[in-house]
Amino acid sequence: MNDNIIEIYNLTKKFKTVTAVDNINLKVKKGEMLGIVGPDGAGKTTAIKLLCGITIPDNSTGRMLQYDFIKEKEKIKNHIGYLSQKFSLYTDLTVDENIEFFAEIHRVADYKTKRNELLQFTRLLDFRKRLAGKLSGGMKQKLALACTLIHTPDIIFLDEPTTGVDPVSRRDFWKILFDLLKKGITIILTTPYLDEAERCSRISMMHNGKFLIIDSFKNIKKQMKGFIFEVVTAQIRKTYKILSDISAIDEVQTFGDRVNILIQKKELIEKVKKALKSEKIKIISVNEISPSLENIFISLIKENLKKEKK
Amino acid sequence: MLVKIKPIFVKEIRQIMRDKLSLGILIFIPVFMLIMFGYALNFDVKHLSIGFYDEDNGKTSRDFINSFIHSEYFDNKYNAESSAELDKLMQEGKIVIGVIIPSVFSKDIIKGKTTSIQVLIDGSNSNTGSTALGYVNAVISNFSKDLLVKEVRKKVNMDMTEIIDYRPRIWYNPELKSVRFLILGLISLILLMSSVISTSLSIVKEKENNTIEQIIVSPIKPYELVIGKIVNYILIAIISTIFIFIAGYFLFGVEIKGNYFLLSLGILIYIGTCLGIGLLISSISETQQSAFMLSSIISLLPAFILSGFVFPIRNMPVAIQLITYIIPTRYFLVILRNIVLKGSGLISFWKDLLTMFFLALLFFGLNIIRLKKNKI
Repeated sequence: MNDNIIEIYNLTKKFKTVTAVDNINLKVKKGEMLGIVGPDGAGKTTAIKLLCGITIPDNSTGRMLQYDFIKEKEKIKNHIGYLSQKFSLYTDLTVDENIEFFAEIHRVADYKTKRNELLQFTRLLDFRKRLAGKLSGGMKQKLALACTLIHTPDIIFLDEPTTGVDPVSRRDFWKILFDLLKKGITIILTTPYLDEAERCSRISMMHNGKFLIIDSFKNIKKQMKGFIFEVVTAQIRKTYKILSDISAIDEVQTFGDRVNILIQKKELIEKVKKALKSEKIKIISVNEISPSLENIFISLIKENLKKEKK
Repeated sequence: MLVKIKPIFVKEIRQIMRDKLSLGILIFIPVFMLIMFGYALNFDVKHLSIGFYDEDNGKTSRDFINSFIHSEYFDNKYNAESSAELDKLMQEGKIVIGVIIPSVFSKDIIKGKTTSIQVLIDGSNSNTGSTALGYVNAVISNFSKDLLVKEVRKKVNMDMTEIIDYRPRIWYNPELKSVRFLILGLISLILLMSSVISTSLSIVKEKENNTIEQIIVSPIKPYELVIGKIVNYILIAIISTIFIFIAGYFLFGVEIKGNYFLLSLGILIYIGTCLGIGLLISSISETQQSAFMLSSIISLLPAFILSGFVFPIRNMPVAIQLITYIIPTRYFLVILRNIVLKGSGLISFWKDLLTMFFLALLFFGLNIIRLKKNKI
């Protein structure tokens, strides 16, 4: 039995000069939460728009739910929800009216109970008579989510739902997302925050229109061969320069006040310390750390860039 | 279909009602414009100020001067003491016409000799100037004709006052009031404004605020969104048309002489054509600003200048005349004049009605092509 709720092959979209989404294959199981991460311009938004049917793909086959991804696009629309990156509700309608409008265009017959539920769920009950334009950033996002959920979709696509939302509201929003997961809704979201991606059941890293990797955080970590050490010194820039020149080090990444290095053998760290000492750099600390998503991400992008150059 | 359009219709009504200012502008500004234009924009030339320098100062010359003053076209008589003073009056803009009557005027006429006078006309406003010239011509030729007739009667002893007795009657607009003509032009402009500008703005707003994306992911089709929206603006356009006709009747005495059904049909087809243009504009513009600019340039300006509203089409260069064929207001004005002023039937304007209908089909056809590509 095939339990994939989404199965898309060769998803591609070319704009005039750039290929925004380049031959992506994607399989998602029911109840999964897939996080798409990537730098600005990686093609995340285009990918989401292609999946929702807002943008028409150049070339693609596949299924979403029980429907053909291309031929039965209109049928799919009844079962999916989309939350765009830009606030996309009517600012001159109230919270209630916005939900009512989206309920009606999705032909939800008895939306009133569902609306109350959603308002309760998103803690917007007290604001139902307020104009959407007068809500705070976090509340706007929650309202947008409520509108996305009014027709009880099976899959929801969220494009950077927490960008520009304060940390407290962000945490709130994620709580709501986990509640949705419990209800069996499949969530696909993009995010620029790697810590958010780590909470997803699977992560896909996107760069220049391609998925570099798509797997669970655990498995992605395993892909990282070698050891990561965190080096903290008094002169971080100079340290970065010296370490970049050592060929035994696979990779050097700076994070402002510290440098992370990737090496294949643990013993190499002694060589690193020696090199720094010979340049009279004061070492504050050197520790092995478990690879963060950030390490893996930067490493993968560098690899991809090298490949593309060739 | 109706079920799908209803939520959009309701939403749109809510938004329009909430935006009281825009609603007010849509409904009441037309009437306000009518009053402004109706009273201020007046193409009639009357009460021209005239000045005389009468060197002769005889009975005949005074009769001559009185023949000017008795017509309703001239007043504000200035009597100059010298031709230089007359020049000065014209310089200062106190008179538009100056007449110099030489000292031999009366004598010449009594002798039965041809005499001459000098007429000066301020041509700085060519419109007023040429009309004034026409009036002056008429008054003078009337005066000399009367003199002639008097002389002939004295000599021949015949009862003949006129050689050809002509009595002109002006039909449809007996007083030649430009307001009757204007009001029709205004109706077409106002309908154009509320349909082209409002629809294009309202659709582009959805694009600008990104709400369009939410509608694309819903089962609503782009054309359903468009219909749900334009129904409102058609209603508003009809309401303001009714207001204009009422105001036109009470303020300017413009009656609808013809068939109401034909008038409504003409108005509906015209609104349809305008909506077609509005939709095309919204499909090519991304911001409300550019939609507004485009609407003004593509629809409003041509409707004002090239429709025959202000400038007669037959006086335009051929190339420009060709452009006027795709301007719906051109046809609508003919229809309106025929129905409202003349009260004539379909026979006199069916061609215009049909052409306008085809224009509407053309614009909507183009829109359907765009909408099929999912472009709103």
